[in-house]
Amino acid sequence: MSRFEVVSTGDSASGSQPSTPTAIPHRGAPANPSAQALQQKFGPVITRVEVIWAETVVYVQRASAHAIIQWLHDDPAQRYNFLSDVTAVEYRDPGVPIEVVWHLRSLPFRRFLRVKAELEKGQPLEIDSVYDIYRSADWLERECYDMFGIRFRGHPDLRRILMWEQYKEGYPLRKDFPLRGRFSRSEQLRQALAQNPEARYSMEELSIADAYAELPEDMRERLSKGERTGE
Amino acid sequence: MGLSVPSDHQVVSYAPEAQEGWVATRLDFLVNWARANSLWPMPFGTACCAIEFMATAASDFDLARFGMERMSFSPRQADVLICAGRVPFKLAPIIRRIWQQMPQPKWAISMGACASTGGMFDNYAVVQGIDTIIPVDVYVPGCPPRPEGLIYGIRMLQEKVKNERAADKGTRDEMEPDPSSQLYIPPSVIDELGEPFGNSVNQTRSGL
Repeated sequence: MSRFEVVSTGDSASGSQPSTPTAIPHRGAPANPSAQALQQKFGPVITRVEVIWAETVVYVQRASAHAIIQWLHDDPAQRYNFLSDVTAVEYRDPGVPIEVVWHLRSLPFRRFLRVKAELEKGQPLEIDSVYDIYRSADWLERECYDMFGIRFRGHPDLRRILMWEQYKEGYPLRKDFPLRGRFSRSEQLRQALAQNPEARYSMEELSIADAYAELPEDMRERLSKGERTGE
Repeated sequence: MGLSVPSDHQVVSYAPEAQEGWVATRLDFLVNWARANSLWPMPFGTACCAIEFMATAASDFDLARFGMERMSFSPRQADVLICAGRVPFKLAPIIRRIWQQMPQPKWAISMGACASTGGMFDNYAVVQGIDTIIPVDVYVPGCPPRPEGLIYGIRMLQEKVKNERAADKGTRDEMEPDPSSQLYIPPSVIDELGEPFGNSVNQTRSGL
């Protein structure tokens, strides 16, 4: 089976073109067949399956999330070969855990699956990175770390990506983060202006560190003095 | 045009038989006339205001009528910084650096609500008015302003340029920010400018 081949299923198996479904029920639409396959394969690790607006949501235990996504990626009957998003949800109710959400898409089978793992509050927000399965998880997990403070174990370069590297105010999309930030406007502006807009690289950027010997003399000198993109 | 003054009191026929002539005018007037009609904009477009700015520069509204058709993407050749759109904190040192790279004489137009006040983005990520980073000459209201609005602001800036006098020494001084904080206006003033207003005063701050 070639990498880009499309497996005809459902409507497209009869030769008709795929069409946009209409009149989708809020709940009760048929689940993605991958959900049943997951329950057969992994059993109680799949804590629950919901179908909302015809999109299947599979809740999994946090320790098994990596193995499940690996299986979804590798299994020839699933072939979820495209990771469209990694994000997280925090609910206003303090008792409800933070959810990490993976949006998986199987291009050959034209399937979409949403996998969620719950991280209890009060425990370290850590989960295994899927970077070794999908390279596209690199920046998605960095964004998730930047906005929610969830640490992805095994990510090669977990740094902030939207806010600057030395951002001190916390994780902006968390519910305990005030909308206007923690610091006063003048302090925020002072810290922002302390960034060096010409410091494009830091030693944490692995490819730059590899090429350190080939960098121009002035850049090597600046990096060796510990130049950072901000204070 | 500014040079077409009545011939009887400023334009003197020096040698009518040679068909030559000369013009007398104030140096201020001549310099300002030239500057005001050849302002080169440095477009700093970050959001939807930049779309309106592009429409202003395109043929329908034709910024070339005001001598501004030449967008200067190098700050070193620019006269006017037009900040079109919201400026997040991460861009604050960059717009400051661009402003410092522009040579005198230079002016700044803050286009739209977000650039002028932060607009509806009263949040952790957006600068509450670029006048906390760089000095601004003209504020153009609107969300985003229509091209007519921007052109009105540009005409106001041209009026300002035409009324400058070389004798006023302070107008062209580079504003030096405080070396420790890099702010050029006091922190208390920035806090006051960043205070919520309108509906946003009703938004709650969480306790932390």
